[in-house]
Amino acid sequence: MTENMDMRAAPSLLPLRLDGVAFEVGARRIIRGISTAIAAGPRTIILGPNGAGKSVLLRLCHGLLEPTSGTVNWSSPELPGGPRRQAMVFQRPVMLRRSALGNVTYALDLAGVPRSQRKQCAMEALHAVGLEPRAHHPARVLSGGEQQKLALARIWALHPEILFLDEPTANLDPGATHEIERIIGVLHAAGTKIVMVTHNLGQAHRMGDEILFIHEGRLAERAPADRFLKHPNSPDAAKFLEGELPW
Amino acid sequence: MNSISEAALHAFGLVAAGDPKLVGIVLLSLRISLTAVLIGCAIGLPLGATVAVSQFPGRRALIVVLNGLLGLPSVVVGLVVYLMLSRAGPLGSWGILFTPTAMVIAQAILITPTIAALSLQVVADTWHEYREQLRSLGERGLGAATTLLWDLRFSLVIIVLAGFGRAASEVGAVMIVGGNIDGVTRVMTTSIALETSKGDLPLALGLGFILLTIVLVLNAGAFLVKETAQRRYG
Repeated sequence: MTENMDMRAAPSLLPLRLDGVAFEVGARRIIRGISTAIAAGPRTIILGPNGAGKSVLLRLCHGLLEPTSGTVNWSSPELPGGPRRQAMVFQRPVMLRRSALGNVTYALDLAGVPRSQRKQCAMEALHAVGLEPRAHHPARVLSGGEQQKLALARIWALHPEILFLDEPTANLDPGATHEIERIIGVLHAAGTKIVMVTHNLGQAHRMGDEILFIHEGRLAERAPADRFLKHPNSPDAAKFLEGELPW
Repeated sequence: MNSISEAALHAFGLVAAGDPKLVGIVLLSLRISLTAVLIGCAIGLPLGATVAVSQFPGRRALIVVLNGLLGLPSVVVGLVVYLMLSRAGPLGSWGILFTPTAMVIAQAILITPTIAALSLQVVADTWHEYREQLRSLGERGLGAATTLLWDLRFSLVIIVLAGFGRAASEVGAVMIVGGNIDGVTRVMTTSIALETSKGDLPLALGLGFILLTIVLVLNAGAFLVKETAQRRYG
């Protein structure tokens, strides 16, 4: 990874502190007063049934949504107008009508990387995810798995301090899922904090160091992944685990 | 029917022979309408895209006004531009009434809201899909508008052509501010109106064929560009 564009040169964003965070749309309370801290290091999996508020919680953390009450505080916040030091991978990544390479250099442009360095950084990132041969292909005609890899290449090039992932393999076959999980693992090994939403227990088992279990907008349980998946403390988590297919 | 077919035959003769009068009118029309489209795009595309991706007080009212201006009557535009540019008007000192420049101004005023309103709609629909991803990457404000305009470049070609079509086929405004002066401000539409009223159907028909052909060829070209681009870029 190229050192001169490492986002982690600035004081750490982490830990991220949520204090009484709530989010409501009209009369509907989606997140109901979550307080917790997300520190650097272990891979955090946000687990819970459909409609529990996992994706909304992720967007609140990433700043795509403003809490209706409570606060989301970074240890050393990003500068307004400066490059982002956090990133997010969505369930369906948006690809611009450019080449795969163009999509990565676009992200580097936004991050303030000088034009002369963008192509090299982008090619390194594409190589890292195995998309180098497809660098000049239009991004939107790549397969679903390749598009998600490209989304990760964008992230790879940016070297974020923390990466939020919202069910990044929900639409992928097992082969592509395995490849995406491998890339996420490499990003984590390189020092990026991983916070991932999933409702796939197998993935939580493979990818998670700790679990935040969300139920009906509340943080029902927080525990190390191994312990949670074998012996959940909360009745809601136990019911959820019983209802899910084993890995 | 017979006189129409005779006129059509004569018209083809004029077109095939490259009648200098007809060529002059066609070239002037294209120069005026293309300049107006250029101005309309320079203002309308960024305006539409910026309104689409921004939130500010009065945004909804502005969208209603822009959509309302889609139906702006060309004679009203002609009248207002005439009043502004006439000797007694606030811009009378420019001395450009009854010149091609006045006609460009009138057409640009007419099509800028069309281009802005249509591009706003297209960009707003895509912004809905792209917003989270672009904001996540740190894109904001005018940068997002520019990114979307570039990403939608093939769809916007159709909007630009709609603007050109409206400008090239418009007769009321250019008649009022141009005066339909032979060899100076006479364009295809004003010629067709004049020659028809004089009973010179071959020239009117010939110009009509050319106008139709230009609009059809440009639209076919735009359609092909869009189709090819969609296949290539998705």
